[in-house]
Amino acid sequence: MIRGSSRSVDWTIYLILSLIAFFSMAPILNTLAISFSGKIPAMSGQVYFWPVEFNLSAYESIIRDRNFFISFGVSIERVLLGGAINFVITVLMAYPLSKSAKLFPGRNVYMWFVIFCMLFNGGLIPWYMTIYSLGLLDSIWALVLPTAVPVFNVILLMNFFKGIPKELEEAANMDGAGPWRTLAVIFVPISLPALATVTLFSIVGHWNAFFDGMILMQHKENWPLQTYIQQLIISVNSIMNTTDPEEIKRLTNMSSQLLNSAKVMVSMVPILLIYPFLQKYFVSGIVLGAVKE
Amino acid sequence: MNNRSFIRHYHAMLLPGIAFLLVFSVIPMLGIVIAFQDYQPTLGIFRSDWVGWENFQYMFDLPDSRTIFINTLSIASLKIVVGMAVPFVFALMLHEVMNMKFKRFVQTIVYLPHFMSWVILSGILINLLSLEGIVNQFVQWFGGHEIMFLQSNSWFRVILVASDVWKEFGFNTIIYIAALTSINTNLYEAAAIDGANRFQRLLHITIPGLLPTIILLATLSLGNVLNAGFEQILNLYNPVVYQSGDIIDTYVYRAGLLEIQYGLATAVGLLKSIVSFLLIAVSYMLAARFANYRIF
Repeated sequence: MIRGSSRSVDWTIYLILSLIAFFSMAPILNTLAISFSGKIPAMSGQVYFWPVEFNLSAYESIIRDRNFFISFGVSIERVLLGGAINFVITVLMAYPLSKSAKLFPGRNVYMWFVIFCMLFNGGLIPWYMTIYSLGLLDSIWALVLPTAVPVFNVILLMNFFKGIPKELEEAANMDGAGPWRTLAVIFVPISLPALATVTLFSIVGHWNAFFDGMILMQHKENWPLQTYIQQLIISVNSIMNTTDPEEIKRLTNMSSQLLNSAKVMVSMVPILLIYPFLQKYFVSGIVLGAVKE
Repeated sequence: MNNRSFIRHYHAMLLPGIAFLLVFSVIPMLGIVIAFQDYQPTLGIFRSDWVGWENFQYMFDLPDSRTIFINTLSIASLKIVVGMAVPFVFALMLHEVMNMKFKRFVQTIVYLPHFMSWVILSGILINLLSLEGIVNQFVQWFGGHEIMFLQSNSWFRVILVASDVWKEFGFNTIIYIAALTSINTNLYEAAAIDGANRFQRLLHITIPGLLPTIILLATLSLGNVLNAGFEQILNLYNPVVYQSGDIIDTYVYRAGLLEIQYGLATAVGLLKSIVSFLLIAVSYMLAARFANYRIF
């Protein structure tokens, strides 16, 4: 591409982009700095982007917080179990749905059913009552079974499967492989990037979900981590029925900003660990799903 | 050689997924009959009294329902407009960057908030916007009075839109960037030979090249005009800002699960589901007709 000679425009763009990047990170950096600061500076607003009176007391108290670790464990369990269920269901649904209606009569009926389930829902109350009547409250299954079918992932993988050359499958069939074997030996191995994308989608979804944990888990020890944080940090804000600054200060100080910052940071760690993969596969997945004709 | 006997295997493969959808999507759909009942948990669906349209009547008579409806529409529309414009401008700027390292560095940073939950981001925002938070430190530094951002009806929507942009703008540029790379580079070369300057090339090549994408995104966003962002608002609001920030979803949650008015909450939720469904169906049809876009 040929560029104009306008260096000053270039510099302005670099400057603006740098500022935007800085402001995107600033809230997280500020929270990180607070989490490593002393109690007094953290509470009195002296911390910007570098810890003041550096210490690890907040992190030490997290290590002693049994509930935090229990919730962390629930979240891990949920991600592993829910991710596995999502994976199996996605693969098993995407394959037959990627067949044409000629090869698989009934394909379109299934497709419309799946789409309808994605677009229409009975609303919160009937959904809650269904799970309640199944006796799933306070069980890990309440977090992984209602979310067992990730319709968006199914569509994404189905579109990917459609792009796989027919000859491959025909060759496998000639060699006597049935649908199950073809799926396991041909389709799954050559779809690894697409499978990585949908798996990451479901892992992030499970890790970040808090609302189902909040309404379906009545006992603290069953809360996933996001619900734990929601209940301990956010709910203080959400009950503030006052505009009196002194009262607000009192309520805010009841939930220690220092400790909360540290908890927020720790719960970000798993996402940060898989972030390089997220960036790589999510981007390709979004483009894959978006520019499909 | 596709064999007819394969078909029953296809059905078998779909069985588990369809079963889950039946239990967790279709059965709740049947539960919408509660909207027409004076539902009592102790009596259940089969023995609760039928009240016809009473729940809907009650809903329209509620003084809050106008506020909630207007809040939902205005917050969602603001988010749609700002949420499309910011990534657009950002993608255009990013497109001008020739230094690949710098480009990738900026992208890595701005994508990050997308992957964080609203719980985490709200935890950060509550810290940031508190009376001792860094934002108020700057406000005071410039000589202003400390502002109770999350307790202020005039600030609350601004915060909702701004924080939504913060979370999603980076990620939403992906689709524009994909569209930008598909613009034929010969066009730029030809324009440069004809003496078009940088701004003219932007105006006559880049923006027209992005137009189909913009139209497609605008059409699809129609399905979101009733989705003002439940998780975000639930984590940021409080009774003081119900007036400017209470939306249909948060109302259904409070009325249904906290105040146990099952019939009313189901009726409100049902109305929203139906309208949303129609809007999405229309937007998909428009997208299929005018942009040749199909998701399945």
